[in-house]
Amino acid sequence: MEQIKLILKDIPELHRIEVYEANGGYSALRKALGMKPDEIIEEVKKSGLRGRGGAAFPTGMKWSFMPKDSRPKYLIVNADEGEPGTFKDRAIIEKNPHQLIEGALIAAYAIGAQTIYVYIRGEYVKWMKILQNAIDEAYSRGYIGKNILGSGFSVDIYIHRGAGAYICGEESALMESIEGKRGYPRVKPPFPAQYGLWGYPTTINNVETLANVPVIIEKGGEWYSKIGAPKHPGTILFGVSGHVNKPGIYELPTGILLTDLIYKYAGGVRNNKKIKAVIPGGSSTPALRGDQIEGVTMDFDSLRNAGSMIGTGGVIVMDEDTDMVKVLWRIAKFYWHESCGQCTPCREGTGWMFKILDRIVKGGGRPEDLDLLVSVANNIEGNTICALGDAAAWPIKFGVQRFREDFEKYIKFKSTVLVEK
Amino acid sequence: MFTEENLKKVEEIKKRYPTSQAALLPVLWIAQEQFGWISEDVMRYVAELLGLPYSHVYGVVTFYTMYNKKPVGKYHIQVCTNVSCMLRGAYENLEYLEKKLGIKVGQTTPDMKFTLTEVECLGSCGTAPVVQVNDDYYEDMSKEKLEKLIEQLSRDRK
Ligand SMILES: Cc1cc2nc3c(=O)[nH]c(=O)nc-3n(C[C@H](O)[C@H](O)[C@H](O)COP(=O)(O)O)c2cc1C
Ligand code: SF4
Ligand code: FES
Repeated sequence: MEQIKLILKDIPELHRIEVYEANGGYSALRKALGMKPDEIIEEVKKSGLRGRGGAAFPTGMKWSFMPKDSRPKYLIVNADEGEPGTFKDRAIIEKNPHQLIEGALIAAYAIGAQTIYVYIRGEYVKWMKILQNAIDEAYSRGYIGKNILGSGFSVDIYIHRGAGAYICGEESALMESIEGKRGYPRVKPPFPAQYGLWGYPTTINNVETLANVPVIIEKGGEWYSKIGAPKHPGTILFGVSGHVNKPGIYELPTGILLTDLIYKYAGGVRNNKKIKAVIPGGSSTPALRGDQIEGVTMDFDSLRNAGSMIGTGGVIVMDEDTDMVKVLWRIAKFYWHESCGQCTPCREGTGWMFKILDRIVKGGGRPEDLDLLVSVANNIEGNTICALGDAAAWPIKFGVQRFREDFEKYIKFKSTVLVEK
Repeated sequence: MFTEENLKKVEEIKKRYPTSQAALLPVLWIAQEQFGWISEDVMRYVAELLGLPYSHVYGVVTFYTMYNKKPVGKYHIQVCTNVSCMLRGAYENLEYLEKKLGIKVGQTTPDMKFTLTEVECLGSCGTAPVVQVNDDYYEDMSKEKLEKLIEQLSRDRK
């Protein structure tokens, strides 16, 4: 499959506004400001663009939920990037911040937002500076602020720094966090387009989602819809990590074979080992066994059919020597730590799953622990306010099923082998 | 308690939001920059400054892991041990640092120079294993690189 770069282009110094402009930057904004907001939404619908934040929700449809009244409205750029295995949004901010800003401006115009907040994870200090610098440049050229390019449209952009809480990447917890509260997800409905920040209509989009928007406006939705997998078009910035020779970000069309991503782009597995497991889209997506990845393509439908999810496109590759019990133990620890504690099944269930796994890795596992793990996971699934519950349950539930031999070894031999080498 | 300059910053920040409560997270960041950590006194001060109940400020500070609830060393070493980093040796790095610094995870050296913390995914999995020292990321960290880094930081006598 041909590599096509819509976001991480091979242009040196693209983060500087002069370079970005010299390569056609901000012309999509100019074009968009000459269109009606509804025409923009139609174009994005036509493109088939789906959110890159994890759920792959159709972006144009999300925008069309915004009411057309005169209340204040908000756009939030989700740059919380907390999903383990995910490191793409930071690459966009570093390499091409203006394309993100331009996409956010077009989105704000389309939905009628007067204020944009970029919610960025607290650790990304360096990237906050890069982004603020780009925002300042764009203000000074009249792309942000009052009466943008003489269109009568005005919008401000502010960065809001998170402070270390994975749950604040969840859109409603994120809004609570901007409002100056603890990041407790809200009960939905009402959805953010009806009742968002301070009760006003709000749209939340991922960094990568918005970075695609200038391309769609420039080249047209139809053009974009022909890239990659028809039902999930465009490129994705796949982040490959773990036991590969060349970890990193690979921007490729959706629909690429998972095996091509690993072997052709990420350099294959270290020391020519076999693959034991692959987490295809961040730690919330269940790991596939090495013998389950043949023919799987990187798009929503193919990964769902294979028994996992596209998630954030953060691919974690594990070689044949990997101790899957230890991996699942670490994943369970993460969700237990990050559960906000609002819902009992999630608060208690993530704790139980971790405790059972901890007992197993320490050599005290019992044969009935495996069914117990699955039953705890089943009790979390679908019974919680936000999707963190499912994200915690699924990897463990499928992990126990798919890597049963590893668990049985632990329980039989009271093994406490460590995973790393 | 805030410096003149920081008080000005607070006024600027408040303009970005329709409520003063929304300024809480950014103002706590300013507080942490000035004082290094967020004590009860600082929480009471911030509460008064923004016209919020102390209990609300306390609830927020304790919810977010990056606000330091006790003093930290001059160098806050944060080791990611999440999956991608674990697969490439994060736990060995952590163990090495414990030995090298003579402290356990969560502790600070008696001279207040180093605090060692285990953290969740830092969003840098492609260059795992990753260690963050204060605001800076150190990527692809081997024991050798960590040794050099710690020695370099130890030499600074300021
Ligand atoms: C626990 C949890 C954490 C999340 N973290 C992030 C995140 O860090 N970044 C992100 O863009 N979306 C995250 N999401 C998804 C958001 O809730 C939301 O769906 C997304 O930002 C919407 O943007 P999109 O439609 O452009 O994908 C998270 C969801 C959950 C349940
Ligand atoms: S599912 Fe977990 S993280 Fe989400 S609201 Fe409930 S307790 Fe909080
Ligand atoms: S797992 Fe360590 S940076 Fe992501």
